[in-house]
Amino acid sequence: MDLLFKIFVEPFALMVSAPDLLAQTLWEGLVGGVLYALIALGFVLIFKASGVFNFAQGIMVVFAALTLVGLHEKGVPAVLALLLTIAVMFVLAVAVERVVLKPLVNQPDIILFMATFGLTYFLVGLGELIFGGEPKVMITRELFLPQGATDLQLFGGVVRIQHIDVAAAVVASLMIAALAVFFSKTRIGRALRAVADSHKAALSVGISLDQIWIIVWFTAGIVALVTGIMWGARSDVSFALQIIALKALPVLILGGFTSIPGAIVGGLIIGVGEKIGEFYWGPLIGGGIETWLAYVIALLFLLYRPQGLFGEKIIERI
Amino acid sequence: MRAPDTPILAKGDVLLAVENVSLSFGGVKALTDVSFDIRKGEIRAIIGPNGAGKTSMLNCINGFYHPTEGRITFKGATRRRMRPYEAARGGIARTFQNVALFKGMTTLDNIMAGRSLKMRRGFFWQALRQGPALQEEVEHRRVVEDIIDFLEIQAIRKVPVGKLPYGLQKRVELGRALAMEPELLLLDEPMAGMNLEEKEDMSRFILDVNQQFGTTIALIEHDMGVVMDLSDRVVVLEYGRKIADGKPEEIKRDQRVIDAYLGVAH
Repeated sequence: MDLLFKIFVEPFALMVSAPDLLAQTLWEGLVGGVLYALIALGFVLIFKASGVFNFAQGIMVVFAALTLVGLHEKGVPAVLALLLTIAVMFVLAVAVERVVLKPLVNQPDIILFMATFGLTYFLVGLGELIFGGEPKVMITRELFLPQGATDLQLFGGVVRIQHIDVAAAVVASLMIAALAVFFSKTRIGRALRAVADSHKAALSVGISLDQIWIIVWFTAGIVALVTGIMWGARSDVSFALQIIALKALPVLILGGFTSIPGAIVGGLIIGVGEKIGEFYWGPLIGGGIETWLAYVIALLFLLYRPQGLFGEKIIERI
Repeated sequence: MRAPDTPILAKGDVLLAVENVSLSFGGVKALTDVSFDIRKGEIRAIIGPNGAGKTSMLNCINGFYHPTEGRITFKGATRRRMRPYEAARGGIARTFQNVALFKGMTTLDNIMAGRSLKMRRGFFWQALRQGPALQEEVEHRRVVEDIIDFLEIQAIRKVPVGKLPYGLQKRVELGRALAMEPELLLLDEPMAGMNLEEKEDMSRFILDVNQQFGTTIALIEHDMGVVMDLSDRVVVLEYGRKIADGKPEEIKRDQRVIDAYLGVAH
């Protein structure tokens, strides 16, 4: 009885009695969610175009952030370092297309998936070799990102808003909107959807698979860079960051692997769910549920809606 | 869009020449020393028993396969290894034996995808739907709508093609190929699996395409009645070799062709 009270009554009573705490938790959850959505977006882009779950997306985030900070450490001005990093991500996209995707074209998806594992370890090694393995601090100020925090007087309490979080939310939203327009309205977007449906037919109408893959991996690289800057600004830039990529999995399961809106909504649900769960129900079992709650939510979804919120329902004609 | 150095061909000139083409996969020989040509403005049929190498031949022509030996010359230019999108750029469109459509996309979008090579405005303008890009989109939409009218598929414009019956899918696929405004249209068994009425419709479309737009057509077909009615000239393959080439009435009387189809008593 006491336990039931603690699960079903007390947390909600706390939410009502202290709305400022609730607002703070929601805000932090939303910001985390936007960043999860960004990572998931990187996965969705590549999955849509080539049917490959790109395990290397996480390390691409780290690699991009590391290149940016590393170049700056070596004395390159911040803006130039940013441009150079974009160039590096382009070179990476071309290299992936040439060395990994092209030789493996028409192979089963699992082969390509394993190849992205290989890519992951290659990038870990390359990153450590060039920039070293110790954590670095993101060059927040040099990139003109805001710092500090504002305390809002809300609901009779104080809600603290970190400026970098606002910036992250704005940048992520702009990025997501731009990508959505790019992929739904342009010739390249149509070509991308065509490639996702049938390689053979896409080739026959004159779409070059090489080009599409380079575009998609480059776009995923840019998304990784933005993600890396934003996550890096909130914690620091280290190889440990790549495990946030695993958080994208529950987001994708929720949103569906092929849906950009799905990645966004899924990201927000996971982000908010995690924070609320941790804050209100976490203390019941001694906290720390933030690390696994996302997976439990995803598991429940898998049971009842395996195609995700926005995924394409797969109906096979037999 | 056409390269300036390509000659403008008159009706009856050789559009595509296949010379001594052989194709093998490891030890399996799919084609052996095949030569024939396709002339501007004609309907050229490629026939033969199952496994004769007909589809392999089409795959060589549009760059899916590269011949192990021999040459393919299109519009006077010989290319050793032509890639599929280069073939498409050069004006070769095709349909497939087992329909290859973009199943998640609507009829309209599928046919629109056939225009992708013709769209030239930067994606920035396309994304904004402004200025020249908007005008371009409108122009392409008009071409696509004409094709939809021509093929009489107005009713399924907004339907995802995965949901359509097979006969209509074949028609949409033809529409996508037509949207490329090809000089050479390759049709791989355009009537396979169709009932009589659908076959008659499809035959009419193929003839109309050939006569109204002057499109050169190469088609693979098993229905001999259709082949004899539609085509100007027929090439016959058997076990990867050419065994006959000529007008339909000549082919009908050719003893080797009759043997290939009916079998020979040994």
